[in-house]
Amino acid sequence: MLNINNLHVKLQEEDKAILKGVDLTVEDGQVHAIMGPNGSGKSTLSYVLAGRDGYEVTEGSAELDGVDLLALDPEERAAAGLFLAFQYPVEIPGVGNMTFLRTAVNAQRKARGEEEMSSTDFLKTIRAKAKSLQIDAEMLKRPVNVGFSGGEKKRNEILQMAMLEPKMCILDETDSGLDVDAMKLVAEGVNALRSAGRSFLVITHYQRLLDHIRPDVVHIMADGRIVKTGGPDLALEVETSGYVGMVEEVA
Amino acid sequence: MALAAAKQEATATRLEALSLPEGATWAKAARQDALGRVRAMGLPTRRDEYWKYTNPATLVQAEAPAACLFDADESPIFGQIDRLRIVFVDGVFDAYASDDLALAGVTIERLAEAGATDIHWARDIYGAFEARGQTPVARPFAALNTAFASDGLLIRASGKAAMPVSVEYLHRSETSDAILHHVIRVEEGAELTLLENGPAAARFNKVMEVDVADGASFHHVRAQGRDHERRAATHVFARLGAESTFKSFTLTVNGVLTRNEVVVELTGDNAVAHVAGAAVGDGDFHHDDTVFVTHDAVACESRQVFKKVLRNGATGVFQGKILVKKDAQKTDGYQISQSLMLDDNAQFLAKPELEIYADDVACSHGSTSGAIDEDALFYLRSRGVPEGQAQDLLVLAFLAEAIDEIDDPAISADILSRLDGWLQRHHS
Repeated sequence: MLNINNLHVKLQEEDKAILKGVDLTVEDGQVHAIMGPNGSGKSTLSYVLAGRDGYEVTEGSAELDGVDLLALDPEERAAAGLFLAFQYPVEIPGVGNMTFLRTAVNAQRKARGEEEMSSTDFLKTIRAKAKSLQIDAEMLKRPVNVGFSGGEKKRNEILQMAMLEPKMCILDETDSGLDVDAMKLVAEGVNALRSAGRSFLVITHYQRLLDHIRPDVVHIMADGRIVKTGGPDLALEVETSGYVGMVEEVA
Repeated sequence: MALAAAKQEATATRLEALSLPEGATWAKAARQDALGRVRAMGLPTRRDEYWKYTNPATLVQAEAPAACLFDADESPIFGQIDRLRIVFVDGVFDAYASDDLALAGVTIERLAEAGATDIHWARDIYGAFEARGQTPVARPFAALNTAFASDGLLIRASGKAAMPVSVEYLHRSETSDAILHHVIRVEEGAELTLLENGPAAARFNKVMEVDVADGASFHHVRAQGRDHERRAATHVFARLGAESTFKSFTLTVNGVLTRNEVVVELTGDNAVAHVAGAAVGDGDFHHDDTVFVTHDAVACESRQVFKKVLRNGATGVFQGKILVKKDAQKTDGYQISQSLMLDDNAQFLAKPELEIYADDVACSHGSTSGAIDEDALFYLRSRGVPEGQAQDLLVLAFLAEAIDEIDDPAISADILSRLDGWLQRHHS
């Protein structure tokens, strides 16, 4: 599904290297977790994959099912099946949540040469999916993320993911700012989307999200590289002994 | 004070090219008074403080500069709305294209035909509101209009108008110079919606005096668009009675020179006045909103919401004032002017002013200019919305606060589709 090869990235404006050779392969249907201390480059990796401005790839590649992601505009990456659940979802005053989602769904369909979703189908689908995430009709009518609580914003991200049905989902610290109940709700939303044709890359600081979204593979990232890879137990190890030991081990 | 020689000469040259219209003898005195005001004030130059940001030269010169006709196959705005349609072509009434001037609850006459009698209800308003509006700031083009308006509508609503009155200003001659003057009176408890649209003329001078009586309600939505080279100086002078409502929204797309002045006087307690505008322009677009709201009664509310989207060297101007007189306690005044610059070449000049003499009021004002929010743009694109479409969504979101001032959803949908069309044509 996702193939990242020796990816080197620096900040465009500061000439500062952030990613220093990331190698990562996520197979179809797998859930991978990336953990790591602050400043290790986890969020940068997610932004670079989604196509945010301000980063320069100096070396390496990233492919989604053989398609060179780095050559595509952000909207083309989305249409190719990539989705990033933002750590800090952006508030967009004046743009209704529903309008936004419908525009996005149909833009992706159009880009893929598929027929647009009728408004009846769209309404039916979004209502059902919103309900399972406990997102009420009022939230759908409001401007995108404006006045949403932290938990509502994250649930809204998962709703977008559910509507857009991407094949590669990156969750950037989706657990941050969530209480236990909200985290469970978000995790259930994610788990409901797990399927053989869909993979996940879950970026998190803490092991607790991984209690709810069980990963197949866990990576530890430090100083712009993946420094350790293992099974779900690796996350537990982080929880008990912290990153210090692991990062030093390989340094 | 004697006028500077150059100003005097320019004014004289312009006045020589015009002659006082015949007809409507009841308006004769008002026209002559107005002519006196023009002579005393002189037509403006760039050196006048009130014209600092907008060069009035092409509005002053004797001949109207030519303006090409824009040929679009888009369906006319407000076409789907049930309305009484009145058409002026280059400022000349088109009886053939217009509906009969008959509407339940409303009487409509033309200024040019409104009788040779000396008595007419419009007599107390024609030129009178304009004259009041000359203090404290001179508005010479409005006085010029009162003196020389060739035609216009005299509309008096005595009940709830069955449908909006819609005035279309078509532009067919590349050198037309039109002067129209409307007088509107909405009687106690009556309701009227007025729609206006069209490029009007190569050069258009329009005045509208509106008397909104106690408990009456007046809605005004206009769309100025198309023919880019056209020039316009328009004035609205409104006076509001107690518990009355006045709402005016203007969409401006294109236009090398548009100056829209709105002068509102809240004279009865609990009156509400909302004045809003959305303007989008490209290149040598120059758009000026100049608004003066006077609170002269207790517990009135006024809102000014002006938004401009500018690109490619376009200029937006906002001069807005809220004047709260000594006895206008409990005033609720709000004013916002904002511009969205789609590139580094656009220019936005804003002069927001508050002048408050009462001590128990709530007035706020703000003015900003900024670029498209890059984070929002990326967020939309990351969901698959192509860049151009994402930008359009953000532009419409920026304009939303102004468009929300339109009460009728069918009318605002029409305005939105007009904006959408412009955005489609002006993608980078």
